Amino acid sequence: MAGSARETLRVGGLAGEAVRRLRSNPAAVAAVAALCAIVVLTWLGPWFSPNNSQTLDWLHIAARPGMQGSHWFGTDRLGRDLFVRTLAGTRVSIAIGLAASVISLLVGVSYGAIAGYIGGRTDHLMMRLIEILSGLPLIFFVIFLTVIFGRTEYLLFFAIGAVGWLTMARIVRGQTLSIRQREFIEAAIASGSSTGRIIVRHVVPNVIGPVIVYATLTVPQIILFESFLSFLGLGIQEPGASLGTLIAEGAAEMEAAPWILLVPGSVLALLLLSLNIFGDGLRDALDVKDG
Amino acid sequence: MACATRSTSRTADMTATLSVDRLRVSFSHRTGSIDAVDRVSLEIAPSECVGIVGESGSGKTQIFMAAMGLLPRNAQVSGSVRFEGNELLALDAPALNRVRGSKLTMIFQDPMTSLTPHLKIGTQLAEVMVAHLGVSWKDARSFAGRMLERVHVPEPQRRLNQYPHELSGGMRQRVMIAMSLLCEPSLVIADEPTTALDVTIQAQIIELLRAVRGEFGMALVLISHDLAVVAGLADRILVMYAGNVVENSIAAELFRHPRHPYTAELLKCMPSVSGPRLARLPTLAGQPPRPGELLEACPFAPRCSRAADRCRIERPQLSGSPASQVACHFPLTA
Amino acid sequence: MNNTLLRVRDLRVDFGAHAVVRGVNFDLSAGETVGLVGESGSGKSTLARAILRLLQPAQGSVEFLGLDLLKCPPAALRAQRRGLQIVFQDPLASLDPRMTVGETIAEPLKVFEPGLSAGARRQKVGDMLQRVGLSSEMSGRYPHEFSGGQCQRIGIARAMILSPKLLICDEIVSSLDVSIQGQIVNLLLDLQDAGMAVLFISHNLAVVRHLCHRVLVMYLGKLVEIAPCDALFASPVHPYTRALLAAVPHMPHAAVAAAPAAPGEPAASGEVDTPGEVDAPGEVAALDLTASGCAFRDLCPYARDRRPAAVRSRSRPLGRLPSFARDA
Repeated sequence: MAGSARETLRVGGLAGEAVRRLRSNPAAVAAVAALCAIVVLTWLGPWFSPNNSQTLDWLHIAARPGMQGSHWFGTDRLGRDLFVRTLAGTRVSIAIGLAASVISLLVGVSYGAIAGYIGGRTDHLMMRLIEILSGLPLIFFVIFLTVIFGRTEYLLFFAIGAVGWLTMARIVRGQTLSIRQREFIEAAIASGSSTGRIIVRHVVPNVIGPVIVYATLTVPQIILFESFLSFLGLGIQEPGASLGTLIAEGAAEMEAAPWILLVPGSVLALLLLSLNIFGDGLRDALDVKDG
Repeated sequence: MACATRSTSRTADMTATLSVDRLRVSFSHRTGSIDAVDRVSLEIAPSECVGIVGESGSGKTQIFMAAMGLLPRNAQVSGSVRFEGNELLALDAPALNRVRGSKLTMIFQDPMTSLTPHLKIGTQLAEVMVAHLGVSWKDARSFAGRMLERVHVPEPQRRLNQYPHELSGGMRQRVMIAMSLLCEPSLVIADEPTTALDVTIQAQIIELLRAVRGEFGMALVLISHDLAVVAGLADRILVMYAGNVVENSIAAELFRHPRHPYTAELLKCMPSVSGPRLARLPTLAGQPPRPGELLEACPFAPRCSRAADRCRIERPQLSGSPASQVACHFPLTA
Repeated sequence: MNNTLLRVRDLRVDFGAHAVVRGVNFDLSAGETVGLVGESGSGKSTLARAILRLLQPAQGSVEFLGLDLLKCPPAALRAQRRGLQIVFQDPLASLDPRMTVGETIAEPLKVFEPGLSAGARRQKVGDMLQRVGLSSEMSGRYPHEFSGGQCQRIGIARAMILSPKLLICDEIVSSLDVSIQGQIVNLLLDLQDAGMAVLFISHNLAVVRHLCHRVLVMYLGKLVEIAPCDALFASPVHPYTRALLAAVPHMPHAAVAAAPAAPGEPAASGEVDTPGEVDAPGEVAALDLTASGCAFRDLCPYARDRRPAAVRSRSRPLGRLPSFARDA
């Protein structure tokens, strides 16, 4: 209904309005709180524990979670403290997820907006390129890069980001195509704005809503993908840890020492759930049309 | 006429086809509730054609959406809407479905979107009859074809097998009109039936409605923002402003002697293709109040040149003779 | 003495296989207000966009102050846009929902007067808002906070901020309430600086009548009548114009001096004999007409020899003054 849409916006403009809406969504607030807790814990948590992630504690091999030796989450097969190790692994996974998302966001948005706005043959060519790249089997691509460049974390960033931008570009292009027909774009052209100006000032701000939401929802996918690669032995290697490698180790010990799997597994599950709920909440908050 | 006598719709009048009594429609929203229709009472007699005129925010469509049970989920309705004696607002979905589409039908504004795109015309028309009258599909289709003829659709048999997108706007509107007549309704509500059409087609559709009324004799409610469209058809005209009925008169009286200041202004604001050319178009300063800003006062007071203190604190009620009623503390005199 | 602002010749716009604007010719002089009327499918909005080169015509020329807009390079075209502005039909859709109203109005300034300081720009935007009847404090608000009429004022402010020589108004009051339409039209009259020409596109004949000096009537992509306003409404010549005027519903109180109906039968009621493809009597004909011949032949009560292929293979040209003569 017209009435509420015409209320005067309070301080902060459209972004402030979105934040306000997010705040009134209890699930989203809980998700944000959980995410903040996880991030804070991964950075500060290790300070609280006397253990570190590399030390092998021969006295407490595969120990249950408890108070002995201050191994609150227990230890793994080599006697390493799971609490600190899991936090370290979570740090790595989050870093990879964020970095790869940012890369795919920057590359994907630029690529998609330009293809969608310019259209015609340029768009055609750009989309064919994406289709070719999408067709490449992902795992082989990563293995191929690993063989050439060795196993480093940077390679991982690159591989994941290089793949993640493809879908982002498609989404942005689709959004751009629908924006392009709208009258305010015609008005901008009629006002003499150049193509570059229109893309930056008019197209991008109007597609950024769905894009941010999609980005939030790709972080979990990327973390999962990284976990999968690490599980296969293609990602983070010993003695480094990521949630994926920890889960791989835990899977091997599942029957004898289930906590080795459960601890990183629960953290991963909580992380992904919070990100997804946050993404949903963000989508509702950014949607200008009232429900 | 400052007395507070209610209009005759207060008494339970069993002969009226549609009787609306103190209907209030509001929409609940995150920030509060917005009133679209503010305690409206009106009556439609059998075979009468009533024009409902108003601008955006007047609530003219919401009254009949309430009657048809087509309001969105966040709508709150109070008051009474009686159709041939039955209280519509109290009916459950199955009972309401028996009434609407057969005895009480509606024609919508946009012929592009009111027909189902993936079903053939013949199917959509026949469906109405099969559902309400229980006839066989074959009979329904042949009857539908005959109805298309009566609404002057050329090559009706061919049209039955076409999809909505293959027809033009005017043609689709004729199909909608045919659909609304299939079960011999007592009341047809036409919500801005010609607004989305070109002027030449509009003239044809108005002609068609006039012919159909003569032939079928049902009551017709014509909702429009265009007084000229309504002028050709209506026996009586109701003027609405900000959720209230401000004037309810016999058509000829309304044009000759408008009694509410808003009606007079509206008539002035409608430019015509004949008459003297004006250097500036007549206009009404300000804009209609936003829904939800309704207070216990005359809604038109902020824009009214005749407004006095009383208008700002007391809401005027509809009063007058059956031929001409107005809700104003200081109505215009003839 | 040549004060012709715009000269359109043989303009044709194709959408795929069929021609939406077919061979349009007309001139526009400084200070004139010209109405362009027609129904849906007539091509009038397409014509407006073609003039501004928001889409590419198939052929023809659009000379604005001597320069052919259709043939000049993009940079030169952008430079010309300063003098040629448009206000669109849907007030809310023509404003970027993610920009404040002030930013929207300031954009042409940023493009064409980059040397202006931010303060000077703010000043100009504030002044423009005042001129269109809003207040300068509103520049920080977003489009969805305004009503339709107010959004249209903002659209006009954006178009007028560089004082264009020609303003095209594409159905700017069609989606507004009747009582507000007058406000916008009067605003336009007030803002029309000496020398600014207006091309006012509308299907609302009544509004056009009160606003315009001259009227162009368009049907199925062609201009069928060009006449001074008074002459057109008092004695329309082309059968389509007559049909259009006859179809406008009249209000009882208005002194009804309606355009004379076509002799014999009211053209709009559809008694006209029509060949095959027309949807309904009186309806805009199916769009597979051949390019030649009179556009109105299928519906015209005067047309001779209605077989589609044979009818008047040569388009009759529009006469120079004031309206063209047709065969009796």
